[in-house]
Amino acid sequence: MRAKIRKLIVQVDETRFEMGQEINPPTRRALAMAVIENPCAGEYVDHLDELIAIGEELGGYLGDRCVLALGIKPSDAHSYGKAAIVGEGGEIEHAAALLHPKMGAGLRIAVEKGAALVPSSKKRGGMGTAIDVPLGHKDAAFVRSHFDAIEARVSDAPRKNEIVVVIAVTDSGRPLPRVGGLQIHEIKGLDGLK
Amino acid sequence: MKPEIRRTLTTVEDIYHENGPQPDQPLRRGSIAVVLKNPFAGQYVQNIAPMMDVLQPIGIQMAQQLLKAMAVDASTIEGYGKGAIIGEAGEQEHGALWHVPGGYAMRELLGWKGDRPPNAPPNANTFQKYTQGQATSQAGKPGNAIAIVSSTKKVGPPGITLDVPLTNINASYVRSHFDAMEVRVPGAPLADELVYILAMSTGARIHARVGGLAIDKISVWDGQR
Repeated sequence: MRAKIRKLIVQVDETRFEMGQEINPPTRRALAMAVIENPCAGEYVDHLDELIAIGEELGGYLGDRCVLALGIKPSDAHSYGKAAIVGEGGEIEHAAALLHPKMGAGLRIAVEKGAALVPSSKKRGGMGTAIDVPLGHKDAAFVRSHFDAIEARVSDAPRKNEIVVVIAVTDSGRPLPRVGGLQIHEIKGLDGLK
Repeated sequence: MKPEIRRTLTTVEDIYHENGPQPDQPLRRGSIAVVLKNPFAGQYVQNIAPMMDVLQPIGIQMAQQLLKAMAVDASTIEGYGKGAIIGEAGEQEHGALWHVPGGYAMRELLGWKGDRPPNAPPNANTFQKYTQGQATSQAGKPGNAIAIVSSTKKVGPPGITLDVPLTNINASYVRSHFDAMEVRVPGAPLADELVYILAMSTGARIHARVGGLAIDKISVWDGQR
């Protein structure tokens, strides 16, 4: 692998009841988090090609881990999101290099389709910094029931020269969606929006 | 008193190295947190012990679900621990309800035979005997998972972290396996909720090198050494 992974953490968050209402089937959201060495830490590096390549690799790798943890077929994934927390020795642009140029391609293979933008967040932080990863439907960004967020955090990362790279995949929307908007059964899935 | 599981959060982490020599196999550690309604929230209830029976099937289910998520054979588990976080309207003692149903569910899954003769089929009596304090110090001697399951607990707000201790499953004094795993459920426990936690690991700390009792030197088989 190109990425030097110190730790890999996979989580599944399953909600069965919310406000006393049974959620059946439960909503399930997976997170895959890789703690990687930042090859550009400690100095200003003009060309971020190495991070871009690592992002490409991790998009598929972490996306696959989420789908595997949910135990679903790739086509049954509903929403996705991505994020990065850059340790002190790096800069916010390093997160951008990982997330934006090439990460989406691999992730979209992991969830089979993905016409919609992969929503993202990024920040610099120390060990245990939490990041709220935005979630949106993979084929139609306007699906209101799937606007959500999941918190990602690794207690002992990122160290100064590390980056926490996060992919989130779900098989559902919010537990009790009732604020209208575009519904799943109305998705056309062509333009990424509706 | 039917337990209402609101949520489960399962975490599996692979630790490849911590800036030292990378072993052939990464250390795998897993935790499962189950978020439940606290039936005793907001009031002092004297007789809470019957809830341990209610929690028994949840303990079994959580232990199985964690092992499945870790995707390893039960025989590869070398460390374990447990914990509880009690929401604002509860008390520390409500966390203690998890010791028997959580700990013994995990130990049974890992091969502990309890008071049963070595070849007897699994049954629920083990739990009852322990609930009633009837187990003996010789319990489980020929089996696996004979060490006490170490634990922590606290009362706290949603999203609070709990450091869950991990120790070797057969001998509490195995120094290489003294470890801890931070567990946290964003958004839980609410004031009237409980978070019960089980944790397991496949081995020693990633670069363990401070001596002490080694796993291959366990000899007394009393759960300690």
